[in-house]
Amino acid sequence: MPQQVPRLAAVFAVAVIGLFVARSLLVPDTFGDLGHYRAAAIDTIVAHPKEYAGHQECTMCHRPIAEQRAASNHRGVRCEVCHGPAAAHVANPLEIKPAVPRERDLCVLCHAYSPSRPTGFPQIDSVTHNPRMPCAGCHEPHAPEPPVTPRECSACHGQIANQLAVSHHAELNCGTCHEAPKEHRDNPRAVRPTKPAERSFCGTCHAADARSSERIPRIDLRSHGQPYVCWQCHYPHYPEAR
Amino acid sequence: MPESPDTIERDAERTDSDSVDRREFLRDLLGACSAAAPVLWWGTVSVPAAAAQGATAGYDPTEHRYGMGIDVRKCIGCARCVVACKTENDVPEEPHFFNTWIERYVIRRDHEVDVDSPNGGIDGFPPIAEPATVRRTFFVPKLCNHCDNPPCVQVCPVGATFITKDGVVLVDEGYCIGCRYCVQACPYGARYIHPEKHVAGKCTFCYHRLVDGLVPACVEVCPTGARIFGEVEERATPLARFMQFNDVQVLKGHLNTKPKAYYANLDGEVR
Ligand code: HEC
Ligand code: HEC
Ligand code: HEC
Ligand code: HEC
Ligand code: HEC
Ligand code: HEC
Ligand code: HEC
Ligand code: HEC
Repeated sequence: MPQQVPRLAAVFAVAVIGLFVARSLLVPDTFGDLGHYRAAAIDTIVAHPKEYAGHQECTMCHRPIAEQRAASNHRGVRCEVCHGPAAAHVANPLEIKPAVPRERDLCVLCHAYSPSRPTGFPQIDSVTHNPRMPCAGCHEPHAPEPPVTPRECSACHGQIANQLAVSHHAELNCGTCHEAPKEHRDNPRAVRPTKPAERSFCGTCHAADARSSERIPRIDLRSHGQPYVCWQCHYPHYPEAR
Repeated sequence: MPESPDTIERDAERTDSDSVDRREFLRDLLGACSAAAPVLWWGTVSVPAAAAQGATAGYDPTEHRYGMGIDVRKCIGCARCVVACKTENDVPEEPHFFNTWIERYVIRRDHEVDVDSPNGGIDGFPPIAEPATVRRTFFVPKLCNHCDNPPCVQVCPVGATFITKDGVVLVDEGYCIGCRYCVQACPYGARYIHPEKHVAGKCTFCYHRLVDGLVPACVEVCPTGARIFGEVEERATPLARFMQFNDVQVLKGHLNTKPKAYYANLDGEVR
């Protein structure tokens, strides 16, 4: 065998081994196992944590609500659409609570009128549809029905009802301030409902020490507007302060 | 590395002692190669085969082929899908980064087409300008089409984006070099460069949910069933029914990308 053959062979072997070493260093592990990519990348992607638990998860612990929803107009609206991602809550139900969105904004996302929405989808004009009142006060969010208008009082006192509906007192029912016997509807002039008679009545919500929601504006009952009754200055069905 | 038997002519070689014969050279070379073979073997198969299957226990990617049906006539444009997608997949909050988004089409009486998608639709859509000139208007959800013939995968110079056995186009964030070729190549605008990670971002069909038997987050939250997710090829599935009873279309079919997002009731103006 001539000398140059083993030498050439040695050079060749070094080159080939060098190539393989370089390749094994440059090509990452698992590349090419499944295709022209790193198979291990799939493991990384699969390990991504989940935020949304999925509606199946909620039934176990919230069966009444889940069943109510499943039979309602909202059967397609999954829990986490309104309550937000709840995988953390499922893992730790007592420590981590999902949001409970009581604002009108939530419902308006889907139900506000838009000409681009498919015809037939129930829509309302949020500006005129019972403004100021929380939607959940009239529509059960887990089983909403288009409720029958409570026409009893508004049928005859339409103007007052309409005014009240757009006022700061929108969330108050007639019954909060008037006790109307059934007979009033049959014989309205003969049987009259009660009307608030004293300043202290309004004070049950508005006095500085009243036990009512914190967002209700307060006055000093003893000095404010004395010596008149409140409704001599504020129309009770449309109270204005400014 | 194929090794051919070299016995037949060995005797002839031996007698022809000193001449540098091509056969002998080849044999030496072969020897050198087989010496190097273990190195090559070590280089490629050093990871246990189980880890390289790339999925969680009990999940066999070869048993699935995923696609999504979208019924345009059911979409109310509430964009809960966009919000859910961003939350589930850590997509940056800022506009311009979306794995899925909602477009509003407004087609005017003079055939002018306006398309907008302010912040993907998350904050709602502003009132339509000049409502009197509107002929028709509707919402179209968009996302990665998970093409069977994906241009983004073809252009990737390093093999950092790929299509899985179950038909999902994914990005290897540990390997992507952020060169933007795929962003340019995608005809659907479904990719972006993640502003912090500096790698390509896109819809994964929530692959981490699929392997656990859950549907993608956008499908989970869609209130009207406008998104139908499932197996493309099996017969008795919601997606198969959807494709049987609707005239389905794909976007930009002429590009031969073979998309797997199937649209029903799609207006001819949608691009
Ligand atoms: C393992 C049982 C369990 C599961 C599963 C579960 N929850 Fe709960 N959930 C609870 C408990 C316990 C409470 C607390 C009740 C209380 O404090 O009165 C709760 C409270 C809530 C509340 C009220 C929070 C508040 O501030 O009052 C909401 C909303 C809620 N869950 C939604 C969900 C949703 C959506 C799911 C499904 C993704 C879910 N839950 C799954 C056990 C569970
Ligand atoms: C359409 C939106 C919507 C959907 C869908 C929905 N919820 Fe609610 N949920 C609400 C609203 C709004 C409230 C608050 C009701 C109220 O204040 O009277 C609420 C209240 C609750 C509460 C009680 C919280 C409390 O403090 O009273 C629980 C528990 C709850 N939801 C669980 C669920 C579960 C479980 C599902 C799925 C089966 C679900 N919700 C689906 C909107 C929704
Ligand atoms: C994510 C979208 C979504 C949200 C948020 C949502 N809804 Fe709905 N709502 C729907 C869908 C979908 C239907 C069923 C429509 C249908 O049957 O075509 C529906 C039906 C209704 C109906 C029945 C209307 C009818 O004429 O049949 C009422 C009432 C209603 N929702 C009220 C509410 C209220 C109140 C809230 C807030 C607590 C709310 N919705 C939040 C999607 C939503
Ligand atoms: C004072 C009670 C009240 C409040 C508050 C209220 N609604 Fe209604 N809503 C009704 C009544 C009553 C109807 C039945 C239709 C009618 O006569 O207007 C109705 C009907 C609807 C319908 C069905 C419309 C259709 O065409 O089928 C939807 C959707 C709806 N409301 C959503 C909402 C949403 C969203 C909110 C909050 C933004 C809300 N409602 C607040 C009383 C209320
Ligand atoms: C059949 C029609 C009708 C219905 C229904 C009706 N009212 Fe009346 N209401 C009247 C008439 C008529 C008067 C007398 C108006 C007058 O004297 O100027 C009246 C008077 C009143 C007064 C004033 C009493 C006073 O002494 O000044 C109040 C308060 C009142 N109604 C509250 C209600 C309430 C609350 C309801 C619902 C529970 C209701 N009404 C339902 C017809 C009706
Ligand atoms: C915040 C308490 C409050 C609420 C809520 C309220 N009222 Fe009154 N209402 C009063 C007071 C106070 C008066 C007495 C005003 C006066 O004497 O000038 C009154 C007077 C009336 C009167 C007779 C005087 C007038 O203004 O015509 C009618 C009728 C009446 N209310 C009907 C209604 C009806 C119907 C509703 C529900 C839609 C209602 N009220 C809700 C406080 C209320
Ligand atoms: C049941 C509780 C309650 C009673 C009783 C009540 N109010 Fe109110 N009042 C409210 C609420 C709630 C608001 C609105 C707060 C808000 O805007 O969030 C309000 C707001 C007001 C305002 C402020 C309006 C503004 O412009 O900010 C005035 C004035 C007012 N009420 C006067 C009265 C008078 C007069 C009476 C007695 C006839 C009365 N209220 C009885 C609950 C009540
Ligand atoms: C002499 C007329 C008058 C009388 C009577 C009167 N108010 Fe007022 N009230 C006003 C004026 C003016 C304002 C607005 C300026 C201010 O804030 O002091 C006002 C403001 C208010 C506010 C809003 C306070 C805030 O911080 O926004 C409330 C609530 C209120 N009044 C309740 C009542 C109640 C309840 C009574 C009966 C006990 C009453 N008022 C009697 C004239 C009156």
